[in-house]
Amino acid sequence: MFQKILTSALFAGFCTGLIAAALQIVFVQPVLLHAELYEGGELAHFATPPASAHPELPGFEPVRDGLSILFSALIYVGYGLMLVACMGFAAMRGAVIDARRGIVWGIAGFVALHFAPAFSLPPEVPGVAAADLVARQVWWWGTVAASATGLALIGFGRGWPAWGAAILLLLAPHVIGAPHPDSFAGPVPPEIAAQFAARALGTGLAAWSILGLLAGYFWQRESATA
Amino acid sequence: MSTLAQSNVVSTILPFVAAMLIGLGIITLAGHVQAAALHDAAHDVRHATGFPCH
Repeated sequence: MFQKILTSALFAGFCTGLIAAALQIVFVQPVLLHAELYEGGELAHFATPPASAHPELPGFEPVRDGLSILFSALIYVGYGLMLVACMGFAAMRGAVIDARRGIVWGIAGFVALHFAPAFSLPPEVPGVAAADLVARQVWWWGTVAASATGLALIGFGRGWPAWGAAILLLLAPHVIGAPHPDSFAGPVPPEIAAQFAARALGTGLAAWSILGLLAGYFWQRESATA
Repeated sequence: MSTLAQSNVVSTILPFVAAMLIGLGIITLAGHVQAAALHDAAHDVRHATGFPCH
């Protein structure tokens, strides 16, 4: 069983990591590099004359972007292991897992690990003001745990006690609130920060859908040959 | 008998728990640990994935 989980998760996670890295390098990295020009002081918001919105940005950087590809693959293998562990457990209890249903699993993973934390702690461009890192990490993990449990209760719970608990678990992290800084001091224009958050979430949704699809596909294939 | 049933439950659930823990370990290491070398190498991906960074 463990080998089956490992095989499905490694294949699905590694392929997804490469696709996610490509999406990030094309769509997210230019926004991040643009923000770093403000973070480093090469450009200034409200300067006279105003800074161009289309500065020259570095192209593909082998070492920096190579490391990003490596870590993207690693992170999606990690996500893949968590997703396939949940899928396999559900399959053992009678759920049908295939590529099409896998997409729904992937979107649920996106909501639990990307979207729910981002709802109160949006993806940050470099240079933004932020609260204490450890406090944000604790809130991030708590939100992920609460949201994942809530989604599982919606998907597999029976009746209103389970669904009511799910709603409370999904709402609680945001009612409690994420740690935010006492004052805002980010040098990066809001236009760039907004685009960064949207792009980070969009690539995340695409990548998680692909992860779910591939995890479902490989799980079914492994089950057929086993 | 109940010990046998219990050990069956444990050995049935163990692979799922193990995979989940390894996954969590990878995400912690790649996304959250602040050791300088790890932070710098994973920097862009951490931002793009929405992990709290810095």
